[in-house]
Amino acid sequence: MPATPSRRLPRVLDERFDEILAAWTKEQTNGAKPGTASEGDIRARCSELLSAMRKALASSGADDVQGPAWAPVRDVLQRVSFIRAQQGFTPSETATFVLSLKRPLFEALRASAGNDAEALATDVWGATEVLDRLALFTAEVYMKTREELIARQSQDMLELSTPVVKLWEGVLALPMIGTLDSSRTQVVMESLLQRIVETGADVAILDITGVPTVDTLTAQHLIKTVTAARLMGAECIISGIRPQIAQTIVHLGVDLGDIVTKATLADAFKLALSRTGTTLVRSRNGANPTGSLTTTPR
Amino acid sequence: MLTARTERIAVRGPHDIVNVRQVVRGWCLAVGMGLVDLTKMVTAASEIARNTLEYGGGGALTIEELRDGVRQGVRLIFEDQGPGIPDIDRAMTDGYTSGTGMGLGLGGTKRLVDQFDIASTPGQGTRVAITKWKAR
Repeated sequence: MPATPSRRLPRVLDERFDEILAAWTKEQTNGAKPGTASEGDIRARCSELLSAMRKALASSGADDVQGPAWAPVRDVLQRVSFIRAQQGFTPSETATFVLSLKRPLFEALRASAGNDAEALATDVWGATEVLDRLALFTAEVYMKTREELIARQSQDMLELSTPVVKLWEGVLALPMIGTLDSSRTQVVMESLLQRIVETGADVAILDITGVPTVDTLTAQHLIKTVTAARLMGAECIISGIRPQIAQTIVHLGVDLGDIVTKATLADAFKLALSRTGTTLVRSRNGANPTGSLTTTPR
Repeated sequence: MLTARTERIAVRGPHDIVNVRQVVRGWCLAVGMGLVDLTKMVTAASEIARNTLEYGGGGALTIEELRDGVRQGVRLIFEDQGPGIPDIDRAMTDGYTSGTGMGLGLGGTKRLVDQFDIASTPGQGTRVAITKWKAR
């Protein structure tokens, strides 16, 4: 009477542990990406996972990979996937970490089964099921890590790209960079309106030097932002419209209406200063060669 | 006229529109288009890609590099299997929109490019082909 597969797999793993570990480590090092992990690292991780698997198999069998007994195994896999996702491995390469255990494990099972073909087939099937489930788990963790990474990056982009800066008393500037798709524009608009309330600014300059494409949706967002700012009592100036963007806007047929536009941020700033009653005078005596500013009461 | 090479990319989500703009920019640079023409073509691509996504429910873009004698250009073919456009003349009219946009996308795009072809069958989808030649 042959042992049932769920009993034989742990036994084989127990008896031939070193042999399987050596073969697996070799398989890993052969297919490893250069410069990602040393042989010692790979060996340590393989050994860690095999030991955890041995314990889990001995205590609860192979059926319950999602169960509490397999938690240490899942921990090891989680760490491996996490590191590989960050090192830029592909999902296949990450899953291969587990799948490459098949050959050494099957060979050990074959050696232990002797001439009993039927028992061997059952054993191999049982082992395949376990390893496949673990490989799928690895792929899932990998995907989750990547998704978190991407979500965090786009969150960073949202925060980074919308600074509202105060240029002068009553003058705000919003240097816009990159794509003005709807979710970003929403953030832009909100932070601008918020700062207008906080500072009581009279003029806000929207600088689009860093916006590569202005299509009708972008233009619509700009017009809406300007209108909303106006309703809150601040006049908007759009600056940084490059020649190619200007020609494109004209061909598209977008009418910017009575929105004041300037070619450069400097021009817009000058206009904003005069709107707030500040004049710029160049110093005569040369003591202050960059010029000085005076505020005249309105 | 000769098609030198082609590429097909999906238009399935908002991030694809960004991708479309970047890929089209690369193709226009590859044929040596000037900055103004390049900006016009990228903007046109952005408009139609957004239409494909918002009104067509997503689709695909085929990019072609064209050679006609010494002339070089880029053609973009946007295809979707959406509800189609019942009245193309009306859709091309500036200021008309069935959505929430400015209603300038199609008409404006036609003015940005050298050749504009639109075909639509209600219930089956829409195909928009735009071509821009490199100015000599």
